[in-house]
Amino acid sequence: MAGSTLEIKDLHVSIEDQEILKGVNLTIKGGEFHAVMGPNGTGKSTLASAIMGHPKYEITQGSVLLDGEDVLEMEVDERAKAGLFLAMQYPSEISGVTNSDFLRSSINARREEGDEISLMKFIKEMDEAMDYLEMDKNMAQRYLNEGFSGGEKKRNEILQLMMIKPEIAILDEIDSGLDIDALKVVSKGINKLRDENFGCLIITHYQRLLNYITPDKVHVMMQGKVVKSGGPELAQRLEAEGYEWIKEELGIEDETVGQEA
Amino acid sequence: MAKKAPEIEDYKYGFHDKDISIFRTERGLTKRVVEEISRQKDEPQWMLDFRLKALEQFYKKPMPQWGGDLSELDFDEITYYVKPSEKSERSWDEVPEEIKNTFDKLGIPEAEQKYLAGVSAQYESEVVYHSLQEDLEEMGIVFKDTDTALKENEDLFKEYFGKVIPPSDNKFAALNSAVWSGGSFIYVPKGVKTDTPLQAYFRINSENMGQFERTLIIVDEGASVHYVEGCTAPVYTTNSLHSAVVEIFVKKDAYCRYTTIQNWANNVYNLVTKRSICDENATMEWIDGNLGSKLTMKYPAVILKGQGARGMTLSIALAGKGQHQDAGAKMHHLAPNTSSTIVSKSISKHGGKVTYRGIVQFGRKAEGARANIECDTLIMDNKSTSDTIPYNEILNENISLEHEAKVSKVSEEQLFYLMSRGISEEEATEMIVMGFIEPFTKELPMEYAVEMNRLIKFEMEGSIG
Repeated sequence: MAGSTLEIKDLHVSIEDQEILKGVNLTIKGGEFHAVMGPNGTGKSTLASAIMGHPKYEITQGSVLLDGEDVLEMEVDERAKAGLFLAMQYPSEISGVTNSDFLRSSINARREEGDEISLMKFIKEMDEAMDYLEMDKNMAQRYLNEGFSGGEKKRNEILQLMMIKPEIAILDEIDSGLDIDALKVVSKGINKLRDENFGCLIITHYQRLLNYITPDKVHVMMQGKVVKSGGPELAQRLEAEGYEWIKEELGIEDETVGQEA
Repeated sequence: MAKKAPEIEDYKYGFHDKDISIFRTERGLTKRVVEEISRQKDEPQWMLDFRLKALEQFYKKPMPQWGGDLSELDFDEITYYVKPSEKSERSWDEVPEEIKNTFDKLGIPEAEQKYLAGVSAQYESEVVYHSLQEDLEEMGIVFKDTDTALKENEDLFKEYFGKVIPPSDNKFAALNSAVWSGGSFIYVPKGVKTDTPLQAYFRINSENMGQFERTLIIVDEGASVHYVEGCTAPVYTTNSLHSAVVEIFVKKDAYCRYTTIQNWANNVYNLVTKRSICDENATMEWIDGNLGSKLTMKYPAVILKGQGARGMTLSIALAGKGQHQDAGAKMHHLAPNTSSTIVSKSISKHGGKVTYRGIVQFGRKAEGARANIECDTLIMDNKSTSDTIPYNEILNENISLEHEAKVSKVSEEQLFYLMSRGISEEEATEMIVMGFIEPFTKELPMEYAVEMNRLIKFEMEGSIG
C-alpha cells in the first residue's frame, strides 16, 4: 500500500455561528502534493485548523476520513497519532520547555510505551535534520519557539515535520514571512520527505513557494469552497494573471467568505 | 512528558532521635508553658528571660489584619511543645488516605513515609550523618540543631540570636521567640566555601520538622554556603500552626543561598518570618517553594546594608482548593550600588488563591541601587484567582526599579499546538506548567528538582476540564 489517504467530503465549518467553509471536497493520497491557493479570507487556514481539530472551529456538516477512519471523532492528539500533522502559520511559544524535549515527547507520543526512541538515535536524527535545515544547534536547547524570529519558527515547524514523519502533512502558509534563502531551505526540507508514503497539503497565498515544491494538484479556494482544480500549470497561470480571471469565469464579485455570489 | 523523572532511589538521608523521655505541654499558651519548655531544655537563664519577654510581646501584638484570613486560628487549641519521642505515638492508621496516596505517588520509601507522617522518629542514618559531620568539622563549619548550638556555642549564639528578627517584629515572630524549638544553626568561618549543600535532612534531631523551629545562619567574611531544608512530601501534622523564624547574617564578600521546599497538609497555617542582613558585597539568595497549607504568609527579606550587596528571592507558590498562598519578598536597599531581584511564580487551580505581596525600599543612601521585580501567575481555571500587591518606597532619586507582572492562562492555542504533535491534553498541560516553573526548578539541587517535578505533576492531575 502506498501511504495513507485523507478524504475531505462536503466539509462545512463555522466559527461563532458564521459559516466559513461551505462544502469542501478534497482527497489527498500518499505520494501526492496538493496546493490549496486563494486570496486572503477565503477559508484556507480554517480548512487546515479544522482538519487538525482546533477547538474554535465547529464542524456542521461533512466528513474527514483518514484511511477510512473518522478523523472528526478523534481528539487532536489522536489525529496526530493517526498520522496527521499541521505546520502552523503562527506556532505557539512555550516557555521553559526546550525544543528538543518537546520534539522527543512528540516522537514518543506516536510510539508504543517501551518503544521510545533512544536518546542517542534522537540526538543523531535531530542533528542531521538541523544541519539539513541550516539551523543553529543552539535552537535545540532554546525554549520552544520563544523569541524565535518568524523564519526560525517556520524552520522549526519543518524540523518537527522531518522528525515526526507523519503520513499526511498540512502546511499552513509555511512560506509567509520567509526571505528567499529561508524559503529555499524550507522547501528543501519538505522535498526531502517526498516519497510514495507521504502526502502533503500545502496552503499558500503565493505561487512563489511552488517554484521550489512542484505540486501534483492545485486547488483554488474562494468563498469557502474549492472553486477550481488543476495541475501545476494552474498555479503558474495564477502567478501570471492573478485571481481575477477565475472570479470572472465563475461570476464571483467578492471572493471572501460571507460574501455570497 | 518533557522530562522523564528517573526513579527516586531510597533516600540516603534520615533522622535519629536519641531522646526517650516523654513530655508534652498542655494546650494553650501560658507563662507556665514557656517556663516548662525552657526547663525541659535545661536552658540558660537569659534564654528563659528572652522567651518570657517575647511572650509578653505576643500577647500585646494584634493579629495582622492584612494578608490572609487568620480568623479561624485558635491559639488555645495548639500544643506548643512536644518532645520529639512523643511524635512517634501516632499510628499509621490515623494518617489520612490522601496523604498516604501522595507519598506513594511521590515514590517515597515507606520508612520515610512513616517519619514524615509522624509515625516514626527513628532512622538508620547515623553513619551518613556522622561522616558528613566530620567533613564539616574539618572545615570548621558548625552545623547542628539550634537547641544543641545554644548549649555548645552559647557565645556565638547570643551574639546573633534575635538580632535581625527581634520578638517585637510581628506577632508570629514573638510567638516563635517564646516557644521555639529545633531548627538549624550554621556557622561558616571566614573564607570557608562549601560546594555540597548542607541539608536539613542530615540533621540528627527530628525537630527540624517542628512547628516553631528557629534557624540561625552566620556566614563569615568571604565564606559561602548553600542550605537546603524541607522536602516535597506533604508534612502531615495534627497541629495546625507552623510558625518559624529564620535569621541569616551574611558578612562582607560572603554568599548564602537558602533553599526551602515545603508542602504542608492543607489544615496548616504556615506563618514564617525570614530575614537576612547583607554586609558589603555580600549575596543572599532565597529560593522558596510554597505548596500545600491552608494559608501561607511568607515574605523572605534581605536587608542590603553594605555597599554593593545583592539580594535575590526566587519563589513559587501553588494554591489549590481552599488554599491561599500569600507570599512574596522584601528588599531593603540601605546602601549605595546594592541590587536585588525578585522572581515570583505562582499557580492557582481548583479555586485556590495566590497573592504576591512585596516591598522594595530604597533608603536615602541607596545611590545607584537597582531592583528588578518579576511576578508571573498561571491561572488554571476560572474559579482560581491571583493578586499582585507590590509596594515600593523610594527615598533616593538615583536608583532604578523595574517591575513586570504577567498573568496568564494555559491557552487554547498552546494546548492545540502541543496536542497537534500527538501529546495528550494532560501531558500538554503538565508541560506548560513545568515550563512555567522551570526557572525555579533549575535552581534546585537535582534530587529536589526531581521530586518537585513529580509533585507538580501529581498536583496537576485532574486539573483539566
